[in-house]
Amino acid sequence: MWRQVAATARRVLLQLAHDRRTSGLLLVVPSVLMTLVRYAFTGQRAVFEGVGPMLLALFPFTVMFVVASVAMLRERSNGTLERLLAGPAGKGGLLAGYALAFGAATLLQVGVVLAVSLWGLSLKVGGSLWLVVLFALLDAWLGMALGLLLSAFARTEFQAVQFLPAFVLPQFLLCGLLVPRDQMAGALRLLSDFLPLSYAVDGVSRVAASGALTGALWTDLVVVAACIPVALALGALTLQRKGE
Amino acid sequence: MENLIQVEGLTVERGGKRVLEGVTFAVPAGSLTGLIGPSGSGKTTVMRAVAGLQRHVDGLVRVAGFEAGSRAAREVVGYQPQRPAVYLDLTVRQNISYFAAMIGVDSAGVSEAIERVSLGAQAAERVERLSGGQVARVSLAIALLGSPQVLLLDEPTVGLDPVLRDELWRLFASLASLGTALVVSSHVMDEAERCERLLLLRDGRLLADAAPGTLKAETSTQDLDSAFLSLIRQGRP
Ligand SMILES: Nc1ncnc2c1ncn2[C@@H]1O[C@H](COP(=O)(O)OP(=O)(O)OP(=O)(O)O)[C@@H](O)[C@H]1O
Ligand SMILES: [Mg+2]
Repeated sequence: MWRQVAATARRVLLQLAHDRRTSGLLLVVPSVLMTLVRYAFTGQRAVFEGVGPMLLALFPFTVMFVVASVAMLRERSNGTLERLLAGPAGKGGLLAGYALAFGAATLLQVGVVLAVSLWGLSLKVGGSLWLVVLFALLDAWLGMALGLLLSAFARTEFQAVQFLPAFVLPQFLLCGLLVPRDQMAGALRLLSDFLPLSYAVDGVSRVAASGALTGALWTDLVVVAACIPVALALGALTLQRKGE
Repeated sequence: MENLIQVEGLTVERGGKRVLEGVTFAVPAGSLTGLIGPSGSGKTTVMRAVAGLQRHVDGLVRVAGFEAGSRAAREVVGYQPQRPAVYLDLTVRQNISYFAAMIGVDSAGVSEAIERVSLGAQAAERVERLSGGQVARVSLAIALLGSPQVLLLDEPTVGLDPVLRDELWRLFASLASLGTALVVSSHVMDEAERCERLLLLRDGRLLADAAPGTLKAETSTQDLDSAFLSLIRQGRP
């Protein structure tokens, strides 16, 4: 099992290394977007300070969601997934290998976007830097885990890419970025309580505001952290050995 | 002799259509069996059912005594799908090494598989830069990894020149002589001649199960092409 996890992680990283454009985009897109936001709000520092931390959660989440879901889909459509499952390989080990590889790529990605935001763009965070790092990482991992899970429901790459507007954008709208969640209509507020991204965004904004490890912050942390293994486990369950 | 593959009354539905109906055959250890039949007759579906990859399967399919697709059966089977299932963005060696690691084969086994399909000179080349026949051989090398007891090869020689085809058929025969049970599908009749035994499928039914010589004698024909035409015409309702 562990040998399979390590071999798969290594293989996925090799593929990333061979695909310079994808790995380049993966590393710099969140940072470029942060820079755009910073200068879009030039002269309105307060707005940037307000939304900046939430975007630290959102951008890596989105990029990892798309990269992970398309990578898994490609594995299925080129027949290699079926071939792996025809042998003794386990589904869990395969998915864990993917998570390990993309999880490692995320470390770099989040490192770059944090460095650019905190030092390059002088984004101020009230709370502990380590909590910001932790939340940004967890959020990116969450995006990756949900991407691996959702890819099971896409038959083609067109469908996988459509999950971005269909699955990620609603979470964007309801996560508190546009309207604070406590000012939303009751039903939407309730719905947003069931979306993992809400906790991810809540968490970073709480850390940025004060950083005290309050109960609410713990809730955010635990919910986001728990959603990652749950999504991965569900993702492993949805991998089908037998096909039509 | 011990039967490594045992198929009884195999019936399969694909896309709501019955594509295999009551197929029964057995394959002993140390044998080379050809699976032939017109396009769409169900050759790939038979292989998928034995590999445990096919849904909506009725009947009995056992590999080395285990239910097809079970963990124990998957340990025993090497399967080369009809469409090459490899990573185009990795090199030949990286592809084969990865699949080897997944089934616990060491790097000596990887080099051996590369040699067997004569891809030594291309080992460091990315698969997307290879010709169609070379890609097919990468896919074959993966199926050969770990010398599985049962080999299911779905049209392994398509797109290869006569010299390479001859080499591969020699390889298949030598694997059979060492005890492997091979099932090889093919469209080409001069390849079918090289099998000890042929399974002829038509419209999802098994029309014949015999040695090439027997088929020719029974139909009083000189070559397999005519034998099959004759069988297929007889079998027509
Ligand atoms: N994914 C699928 N979904 C539904 N039906 C399928 C699917 N794949 C194949 N079929 C049907 O199953 C039947 C048998 O197909 P199969 O691929 O087993 O034939 P084959 O003998 O391997 O043909 P070929 O020589 O062209 O490879 C065909 O009638 C085909 O239409
Ligand atoms: Mg076929």
